[in-house]
Amino acid sequence: MTGVAVHLKGLRRTFGSVHALDNLDLAIAPGELIALLGPSGCGKTTALRVLAGLEDADSGQVLVDGRDITPLPASKRDMGMVFQAYSLFPHLNALDNVKFGLSLRGRSRSATRAQDMLDLVGLGGFAARFPHQLSGGQQQRVALARALAIEPRVLLLDEPLSALDAKVRVQLRDEIRRIQTEVGTTTLFVTHDQEEALAVADRVGVMRAGRLEQLAAPAEIYQSPASAFVAEFVGLSNRLPGTVAGDEIEVLGHRLPLITPASSPPSATALVRPESVLVEPDPDGEARVLTTSFLGPISKVTVTVGEVVVVAQVASDRLASLPAGAPVRVTLAPSPVALA
Amino acid sequence: MAGVIARRARKQRALRWAVLIVLGVFFLLPLAAMVEFSTRDPGTWPLLADWPKLSATYPDLADGIVASLLQAALTALLMLLLLVPTAVWVRLRLPRLRRFVEFLCLLPLTIPAIVLVVGLAPVYAWVTYFLGGSSVTLVFAYTVLVLPYAYRAIDAGLSAIDVRTLAEAARSMGAGWATVMGRVVLPNIRSAVLSAAFLTVALVLGEYTIASLLNRTNLQVAIAFLGKSSATMSVAVSLTALVLAFVLLLLLSLFGRASSPASPTASKEPAA
Repeated sequence: MTGVAVHLKGLRRTFGSVHALDNLDLAIAPGELIALLGPSGCGKTTALRVLAGLEDADSGQVLVDGRDITPLPASKRDMGMVFQAYSLFPHLNALDNVKFGLSLRGRSRSATRAQDMLDLVGLGGFAARFPHQLSGGQQQRVALARALAIEPRVLLLDEPLSALDAKVRVQLRDEIRRIQTEVGTTTLFVTHDQEEALAVADRVGVMRAGRLEQLAAPAEIYQSPASAFVAEFVGLSNRLPGTVAGDEIEVLGHRLPLITPASSPPSATALVRPESVLVEPDPDGEARVLTTSFLGPISKVTVTVGEVVVVAQVASDRLASLPAGAPVRVTLAPSPVALA
Repeated sequence: MAGVIARRARKQRALRWAVLIVLGVFFLLPLAAMVEFSTRDPGTWPLLADWPKLSATYPDLADGIVASLLQAALTALLMLLLLVPTAVWVRLRLPRLRRFVEFLCLLPLTIPAIVLVVGLAPVYAWVTYFLGGSSVTLVFAYTVLVLPYAYRAIDAGLSAIDVRTLAEAARSMGAGWATVMGRVVLPNIRSAVLSAAFLTVALVLGEYTIASLLNRTNLQVAIAFLGKSSATMSVAVSLTALVLAFVLLLLLSLFGRASSPASPTASKEPAA
């Protein structure tokens, strides 16, 4: 199966005085998986629901494969959707849930196809189970199988993992990516979890106040955020005071290149990633370790440099050499930074 | 310590039985009296079981029984046709109107039947003008009368499921609204729909005031009328109606229990 191109053109949607979508433009290439990422109320779910036909836009167009489907109701759009809430029909078992969409299309051999889909999501042996006999992760897998069974032109995932516990979430996230790559359906994945978005998407769209702040590959979003909002929302950032000098900013005695030339006055706040901060034990260092947090293979160290608090990321095996109160030297890697 | 607990448990058990016996006597004594009275004439019960003979001997009673059964069935049907789509639509599209609709549906409960009749009389002048004076036309008034009970039952059923998500999931797979109602919503609120229907039937079978004051016939009007000429038969029919309502409510509770979802702990396995 090959995917189709999707284009959201100039979408606007207001709820009272709130602009959920403010002239949103988004083009998704055939077979691509785009993750819409943003804080609550940024309009990402509204964008997905407008694409699904479950919500009407005040203005704008929804184009699928070049055809304007804006006036079509949800039932005629041929899209598979997985919801945040568990949405399996409680009165049907897993197999009948997956067969539901197929039976509406009058497909012959729908039972075989439904069983194949359950096999695809690893639940072939659970066909006779009812939703209340399945765990949350299993229910969302069946929902994914049900959405894919109808061979939708577009797959819509509305925070499908947010109700699951951390381990299942990571498992299912990777599986969604595997299955999407396998079937090649154009997919829009809405989430507020940056790690999830960066891990599964071909491109990530960071949304703010109904608009796309940046749409780029995960690495680019992380390494070259287009704005302070993106830099702060995607990944943890230190807010460090500095002085702008041309295309650079001087922070804690280090000159760092700017992602975009500054138009602000010389005093500015640089957003520096914890992994760009190097902390070395140094008896003569003027910085002091404040706290340390063990996080598995990497750990977090908070240090004070005068009045400034800096968070650094270090390999966990170095934690022992950095006890609280120890004098340290702080160095900043010369990677480009954004200004707040 | 153990002795004190055992004594307290014995006392509580005795109190429970005492309450049960007092209540049992309170409810069963009148019924026993009805049975005793209605069997004084040995021909009463055999006659009640012989429909052709009953309708020949007491034609008004037979008419009343038929009218009441017809009214009960049609009221249940009209109520479901009106209420289920309305309740679903309000939940899906007009959630802000939910309180208002609930208030509207509960209104008949707060208005005494006699006041309701005063309001209904001019309306029924038109009903009679357009549809005739058949007692089946009482179905309209009864549909209003059963709204508070039926709405509560259906609303409780809808609260137990996530109608919005289920409907949206079905629509995204290509289901039209009729399919959403018939294949997704209704099967999941089946016990609520049955509860509403049973309550409707029980209420309609016991209704007297409106039918009597609007000069229509039904079972209760016929029983009241019969009481003047054959007291034993009127008591026998009343008892039968009571037992029927009791059986309906019993079925309702049995069905409600049978259709509640099985324990979610049935088989919990980690995600494969």
